[in-house]
Amino acid sequence: MNIHEYQAKQLFKDYQIPVPEGKQVTKPEQAELVARALGGEGWVVKAQVHAGGRGKVGGVKLANSLREVKEFSANLLGQWLVTQQTGAEGLPINSLLIEKIYPIKRELYLSLVVDRSSQRLMFIASAAGGMDIETVAHDTPERIISVPIHPAAGLQGYQCRKVGFALGLKGGQLRELEKLMGGLYQLFLAKDASQIEINPLIETDSGELLALDAKINFDDNALALHPDIAALQDPEQEDPKENEAQQFGLNYITLSGNIGCMVNGAGLAMATMDLVKLKGGFPANFLDVGGGTTVEKVSEAFKLILSDPEVKAVLVNIFGGIVQCDVIAQGILAAVEQVHVTVPVVVRLEGTHAEQGRELLAKSGVNIVAADDLEHAAEQVVALAKGR
Amino acid sequence: MSILINKHTKVICQGFTGKQGSFHSRQALEYGTQLVGGVTPGRGGEGHLGLPVFDTVADAVNSTGATASVIYVPPFYAADAILEAVDAGIKLIVCITEGIPILQMLRVKAAMADTGALLIGPNCPGIITPGECKIGIMPGNIHLPGSIGIVSRSGTLTYESVDQTTRQGLGQSTCVGIGGDPIHGMNFIDVLSRFQADDQTKGIVMVGEIGGGEEEDAAEYIKAHVTKPVVAYIAGQTAPPGKRMGHAGAIVTGGKGTAAGKVAALKAAGIEVVNSPTDIGVAMKGCL
Repeated sequence: MNIHEYQAKQLFKDYQIPVPEGKQVTKPEQAELVARALGGEGWVVKAQVHAGGRGKVGGVKLANSLREVKEFSANLLGQWLVTQQTGAEGLPINSLLIEKIYPIKRELYLSLVVDRSSQRLMFIASAAGGMDIETVAHDTPERIISVPIHPAAGLQGYQCRKVGFALGLKGGQLRELEKLMGGLYQLFLAKDASQIEINPLIETDSGELLALDAKINFDDNALALHPDIAALQDPEQEDPKENEAQQFGLNYITLSGNIGCMVNGAGLAMATMDLVKLKGGFPANFLDVGGGTTVEKVSEAFKLILSDPEVKAVLVNIFGGIVQCDVIAQGILAAVEQVHVTVPVVVRLEGTHAEQGRELLAKSGVNIVAADDLEHAAEQVVALAKGR
Repeated sequence: MSILINKHTKVICQGFTGKQGSFHSRQALEYGTQLVGGVTPGRGGEGHLGLPVFDTVADAVNSTGATASVIYVPPFYAADAILEAVDAGIKLIVCITEGIPILQMLRVKAAMADTGALLIGPNCPGIITPGECKIGIMPGNIHLPGSIGIVSRSGTLTYESVDQTTRQGLGQSTCVGIGGDPIHGMNFIDVLSRFQADDQTKGIVMVGEIGGGEEEDAAEYIKAHVTKPVVAYIAGQTAPPGKRMGHAGAIVTGGKGTAAGKVAALKAAGIEVVNSPTDIGVAMKGCL
């Protein structure tokens, strides 16, 4: 789960991680008032959307006067921001973060992530902050330092000093960094984060460290343990279909093609999308109906798929394991009846009671193509989507 | 021979009297698995499915001599269940549960280091040696005792691979679903090394997916240590970056963990990679 920058910075404050002075606003007049209260001669107006790359597309503005703060705020609020990390539609700018500007001496990078290969939490730091860290890692790996933390021992002082020296920090800054890293580590553990990133972490002209940006992701599996974090969810920043799917226990992801896919199992669902592409078609979605599929789930899945006007044909691919194919076939028939499916549907059933399932579909008189095998199913659905 | 389990393996079930535990224990018994009892704290001394229920894993191990355990407890109790099994001396722990918080799994993995216990999963279908022992949620009837070792991060793609190798008349020595979570127990290499050492296994099917770097590591390992033919398939070539594709571990981040990268690594190691999951069985037969 993602949260907004202003929410992440509030959590940072709670854990004594220094952030710029600022406040979230939803109206241009409010923005001006906040800037006035913050004082100083320059402010930054930051669009609050769940995506990176905001600065490159005008989502972050530097204002030199209160008039500009209000003007930029009025321009941004209510707009949709398209960045390299959003879809073509972009994300709605419903609020802004107004912050004081600080004189920047250096931009650094610091993150805390789950490292899959070492199976540890790991701090990653670089003196090359403010840039895309993947690019830094690729082009100049020697500028990246990583420090894994043993879960039993926890974060140690020497590990913070190691990062500090690598970043070229001195004297009091090293103690400041140790406090900051300690706060990040505690926050990560306390709230079941899955990634925390500060890019850039700045060193101001007076030598202070400040988290100029803040990005926190949380482990969806642990969200039920943290109602305070779950409450920070902003459904307007998510795909509405993906939100709806979640309520029915379906794993759904919107894609840009025109062939709807309904599959049981995440791996098989990915493989089905790949196969559609391989046969010259384009999947409209990823959808895993899960292992214990019921009539209700199949029906909701159909509704979701068909709510996308681009969908020209649907491929249902079920490997019946514990769930029997004839039961699935009944579910499909009930769903097709309820939902009034008008596009062609190709169904591939394999596994337990597959024969009986296919027979049920064939006898029903409903416009369903029962495919013999997965390869043919993919070929058929691609042809049907092209109107052949 | 097979790997990890056979007809003599004595198995207990944690979460035995729950809905999932009961359903799949019944299926395991029908398949012929030597399921010898189960654990549900507070219900020790009762009977369930004609087998004894114990309060603790230690009690179950002492009374039955079980060496393997399968876990069907809810996600927030699963880390506890795994570590209880380790503490009781269980050698092979199969955790089916999906949805365990990642920080809990990090602690479990650190605590398991040097105990000698093996963990399969979590978020996996389990392990089966056809005709001998089924530990997990896979449909038993599609399997055939035979010569192909299957290792996969995905449940349903394991079933696809099983079905195809059965249709080709090859059958399976052992099938291991290592699970779809980012932090999990046995990895590809742990299973591949055992298939390489197993006489019954003549060929290996490896099914990977986007996310992490285990397939790349496996490619290196196969090149250096595996002499048996390997057919690989990687799911998720059309998955958009930054999106979690159903499995917690199936996500491309920062350009890492892509299907293209994994396919390239496997091909560079001389491994046959099929483009379509429907080609796995035929390709495997062609390699033998």
